[in-house]
Parts: sequence; C-alpha cells; structure tokens
Amino acid sequence: MFEYAPAPESRDIVDIKPSYGLFINGEFVDGHGESFKSINPASEETLAEIACAAPQDVDRAVHAARQAYDAVWSGLPGRERAKYLFRIARIIQERSRELAVLESIDNGKPIRESRDVDLPLVAAHFFYYAGWADKLAYAGFRRSPTDGAGGGADPRPIGVAGQVIPWNFPLLMLAWKIAPALACGNTVVLKPAETTPLTALAFADICRQADLPPGVVNIITGAGETGQALVAHPDVDKVAFTGSTDVGRQIARSVARTGKRLTLELGGKAANVIFDDAPLDQAIEGIVNGIFFNQGHVCCAGSRLLVQESVAEELLGRLKSRMATLRIGDPLDKNTDIGAINSAAQLEKIRMLSEIGEREGAARWSPPCELPSRGFWFAPTLFTDVAQSHRIAREEIFGPVLSVLTFRTPAEAVEKANNTPYGLSAGVWTEKGSRILWMAERLRAGVVWANTFNKFDPAAPFGGYKESGFGREGGRHGLAAYLDV
Amino acid sequence: MDTERLAVRKTYKLFIAGAFPRSESGRSYEVRDAKGNFLANASRASRKDVRDAVAAARKAFGGWSGRTPYNRGQIHYRVAEMMEGRRGQFVDELRADGSGKAAAETEVNAAIDRWVWYAGWADKIATVTGSANPVAGPFFNFSTPEPTGVVGIVAPDSALLGLVSVVAPAVVTGNTCVVVAARPLAAITLAEVLATSDLPGGVVNILTGDRAELAPWLASHMDVNAIDLAGAPDELAASCAEAAAENLKRVLHPAAATDWTADPGTARLTAFLETKTVWHPVGI
Repeated sequence: MFEYAPAPESRDIVDIKPSYGLFINGEFVDGHGESFKSINPASEETLAEIACAAPQDVDRAVHAARQAYDAVWSGLPGRERAKYLFRIARIIQERSRELAVLESIDNGKPIRESRDVDLPLVAAHFFYYAGWADKLAYAGFRRSPTDGAGGGADPRPIGVAGQVIPWNFPLLMLAWKIAPALACGNTVVLKPAETTPLTALAFADICRQADLPPGVVNIITGAGETGQALVAHPDVDKVAFTGSTDVGRQIARSVARTGKRLTLELGGKAANVIFDDAPLDQAIEGIVNGIFFNQGHVCCAGSRLLVQESVAEELLGRLKSRMATLRIGDPLDKNTDIGAINSAAQLEKIRMLSEIGEREGAARWSPPCELPSRGFWFAPTLFTDVAQSHRIAREEIFGPVLSVLTFRTPAEAVEKANNTPYGLSAGVWTEKGSRILWMAERLRAGVVWANTFNKFDPAAPFGGYKESGFGREGGRHGLAAYLDV
Repeated sequence: MDTERLAVRKTYKLFIAGAFPRSESGRSYEVRDAKGNFLANASRASRKDVRDAVAAARKAFGGWSGRTPYNRGQIHYRVAEMMEGRRGQFVDELRADGSGKAAAETEVNAAIDRWVWYAGWADKIATVTGSANPVAGPFFNFSTPEPTGVVGIVAPDSALLGLVSVVAPAVVTGNTCVVVAARPLAAITLAEVLATSDLPGGVVNILTGDRAELAPWLASHMDVNAIDLAGAPDELAASCAEAAAENLKRVLHPAAATDWTADPGTARLTAFLETKTVWHPVGI
C-alpha cells in the first residue's frame, strides 16, 4: 500500500465569525433562546457561537415570510423568480470552494466529498428548479383540464413553508428544500440542524448578494424545540422535514389536525443485493460507496449487504482488503476517505448499536486503523453472521457500519430486502438485465440503484416508501410538494 | 286461491377475501327506508372484521399489483358491465335510501360511467406521471408510479357514486383496499358486482357498520399503508390522521367537501401511488 503525504485543503478561504444571529427579513438579528456552540467534530474546537430561536423569534421569522409572500414573492412572475434562483446558483458556484471547506469543517465530511459531491449538487439543484419557475403550467399538475382553478393558469404556491433539515448534508438538504419552494412561489423559514448551521448561515449571505427580497428566505438556528415551534406555528402552510423516522412520526402527528401540507424524508435500512454473476470489483466499490460515503451518515445508505451465498466468501475477502485501504482522518485532507462522525451523540449511538450487534451474536470486524485522539471517530465496521432479527439489521445506525446477510434465490433476496418498515432505497448488482428489472419491480423502495449506488441528481425524484416518509424531492415530482395541487 | 308471491330477500353480509361472511361479532343493525319501513338486517362489522379484511387485502396485494395494467383495465371494465346489468337493483336501493327516481337513475348512470373512466386509466397513469430523467451523468434513469399497498377507505355518504369514486381510483392502479361503507345496501350490491367481475378475492373488501367505530381501527392498523378519509366527519378524520402517523400512512383528507359529480381529475389516483426511481449506468 502507498503512503500518502498529508494534502490539506487550506481553510484560509473561509472566514468564520465568532458569533451568528438569526437571518430574518434579510437581516441578522439576535435570538431570544440560549445561544449554543457549533464545533468542529474532527477537533472538538469551537467554531462559533450560534443564536437560538425562541418561539417569539420563530413567530417573527414566519411573519417575515408571510409578509414577503403576500407583498412580493407570490405575485412575482415566474421568470423573475427564475432569475433570482439562477443568480443564487451562480453565486454558489463562485463560492463553492469556500462553502465546501466550511461544510467539511462544520460537518466532518471529507473535503473530497463536499467539494466533488455536495457543492456541485447544491448548485445544480438551484439551476434545475430555477428553470421550472416559469414553466409550472407545463408540469402537469392541474387538478383537471376543466377545473377553473388550474385550467391553463400556473398552479398556485402553498404559502409559507417551514423546513427542518438534518446535519448529514447540510447545504445540499437546504438546496433540496429551498430551491423548489422558491421556484413554485412559496417563501420559507428554514431551520438547519443544531450541529451544522454554518453553511446555511453562509447561504443567508448568498441571498443578500443575490438581492433576494427580504423575508423570502429566513434561516433560524436552534435545536429540536425551535424545530417544533416552527412546525407548530399556525401561520405555516407547509411543513417539510428530513430527518429520523421517530421525529417524522411526531411531526405527522402534530400536523394531523391542522390541514398543513406535509412531506417527510425519513430513515432507511437499504438492502444492497449482490448476485453471484455481479461484476465483483465494481460491486465492492459500490458496497464501499454505499455504506462508507459520508461516514454512513446517509439515510439511503446501503447498510444491509445481501450477498448470494455462492460468492459470499470471495466477496467478503475482497471487501475486507478494500476496507483496509480506506483512509480515515482529517476531513480537510484531500486524500481522506472517511472523516469525522458528526457529533458525540451520534458517535455514542453508533457505538451502542455496534456493541448490541456483538452481544446479539454477530461477528464484528474492522481493518486496523489509527484514529485521531481528538474529535469523534469510528472505524469502518463490518458485521457477519447477522440474523434478520438483530437490531443492527433492523435499525438505522447512521454510521460506517455494514451488516452482511446472505441469500440463495432471487425470491429470498426480495423477501429479505423488503423485510423492513423502511423503504427509501435499494441496490442490486448483477450482469443480467432481465434480473435487474425483475428485482427493481419487486424492491419496495423509492430509489433503486442497479450496478451503482448513492447517485443523486436534481432531475431524478428521490423519496421513500412506507416509514421512510412520503413526497418526492427532485424532478418534476418535486414540484408537487410546493404547489397547491 | 291466488296469493301474491312472497319475495326472497337478500341477506346483506360483509365482503371479505371474495366471500360474504357475517360479522364475526354476530352483530347486525336494522336498515330502514326513508319512510321507516324495515329493509334488512345489515352486518355490523367489528374490529376483528377490520383485521381479517386487512389480512385479505395484504394477501391479495402481490398478485393484484403484479397484474399487467391492461389486465386490471379489462377487469375494471368488466365491473362496469356487471354494474350496468344491475342498474335496476342499484336504482331501487338508492330509492329505498331516499333518492327520487330521476336522481337515483342519474347517480347510477354516473357511477357506471365513472367506473369506465377509471378503467381506462389503468394503462395510462404511468405514462402521465412517470418520467425518463435527464440526469447529468452516464446513467439511464427513470421514474415509475407504483401502488402504495393496502388502502383503508372511509367511504363518503354518497351511497353509490361516492363509493365508486373512492374505490375505483385506489384499486385500478394496483392497490388493494378495505372500505368502510356508509350505506350498506348499494355497497353490498357493489360487492356482488365485484365478486362476479374476475376481480381477485381480497382486492376490495367492504365492511358495513358504524364508521366511527371502525375507522380508528383502520387508521391505527400497522399493515395499512394509506387511508382515505373522504367519509369521515372532521373530528373523526382528525383523530384518524393522528393515529395514521404511527406508521406514516399516506393520508387523503380533502379540505373541502367533494362534489362527486364533478370531473374527478387524477388526484385520487396519484394519492395512492409511490414514485420509484431506477438508476443504471450506461457504458460498454
């Protein structure tokens, strides 16, 4: 194996302020909650002091969004909204290196991923939905051709959207939420995750650079209580949430009596199914990408590996050698494959579930690797001898932990793959085209990656079946979440 | 001596898994016409009947969703044919429920036509809602609609047109359903139509009884994937929507009252469809 000299990306490109306020009505203002710190999970150093939005701040933000909706944004022609979104997309491209470094510092993800995956997709998402803003009448969402409300005219926006996003892809999830909402004519109040607020706050500055009218985008920071206050605010018309299934359930319950529109992007426990005729080298790369991409902090991660029995031994041997080459460490090092776990709490959860995996009888393996002494780290981990009843096969770990199960027949693969309350994604690896389509038909999941994994694109609808949530983000389908249809 | 022939009455039972059982609870309730005359003792379904019906719907889902859309369309058209043959019976039942002759005939005609309309959607909805996605990379990428699974339906008061308008869009795309009917007579006659239309047993299950008693069990059932609250009054609908959150059911509860005679659009079809996106690399 090669030795790699450190190749750190410079962090001089980012200018992190000592403290940040809430971005409401185009200005940074103080919050009434108790401020908190955002830390670098790779070093545990404090990055900045972040304001916390109390209920009165949430109210202020929603009020600003409502005013902007009524006075400006909902009446603006689609082509004008489009131009604002194109501007934002361009500024993101111009500042993409800065944003990538900031994302890696705040989140812990490798710079290679924030630079090559997150940021290009963020800009692409704004470009994609910018183009829809003046074409909504062509999107096929009229209630019926004879319905006066929709016939011929642009479908109407919903109003003020309250959006709550997770910490695993902070800026990308912001783009998935804000771009379609604004394109359709809604205004937004967005709450980034408590542990990763910095790129959302940088996005607030981008909105100012783009001269976006005040109040169209409001960013409020805080923890779960701030999110609850936003979701429960009576003047929010639409709630969009990406996060855990447990919180999604609470949100679904809390909006049940309100008539608010709701879309949810929740957890997953994806099966990645490897048939004996699969191109094994490619499959190994797909498995590694499926579970170790972004430290496994991916709702659609391929966390259950289903291998056909006849190739299990060979495949596991090769997978282990491949895992031994993964480089763990400084997220800003351009050679790093696996960065830091996002928070102490998440690290604790991964440790706990891994220990339960051992206790329940699965065999645990990690390649020898040295972890930095400061920060939150977890070695890439493989569990074999896993039964479907084990918690590591049923629960979302949200970390670099892969559970391996085997199967003999395609029918058994389908049965095991679908044996979960989740249904976000699935993978299938085989050289046989008819089998790919047969499997794709039967896997109860919103995204099926065949001979690939963890691919995303603004033109491709993404979202779950069953308890992985409802609604789609991306593509024409993603517009439905933000139109009154 | 001439005597007027004594009519052979129909026993109104439940429709579960293609059979017509009585409620396991042994309960029934009187159905009377608008003038108060006795018509029938309808079965009053219980929580356990709900569970049996959900089990039947789940069992039928794989086969029904796996049929070709063309075949589902054919079967749906067959349903309309069978309804046409029972026009008189439906009209009589609606009249017994209080409709005038002309209104009853209009409703039955509209209900049959509605079923024909939905039959044609079976092999077209994927064309309208699916897509080939132009992603920025060497991938073939497409999205197709797939049925959500088992749909619980709280049917509206509109005894036949409303019932047809909620059942047909749910099942034509491949879902199976458990329906809590508002009015037993037309609902059970519709069940007889379905039972003689090559629709596999369990695809549609119809329960009669007390909506307020049955709907919450349907809403909280963990093997139901979606719920249509068309016929639930506001408070019942709200509590059902809350219970539905437990396994994140898709909830359809239009804010405004539905005019069942209006052009329905595709909203009831898409409410119970999931979008699946498939990726495959392009290369040599």
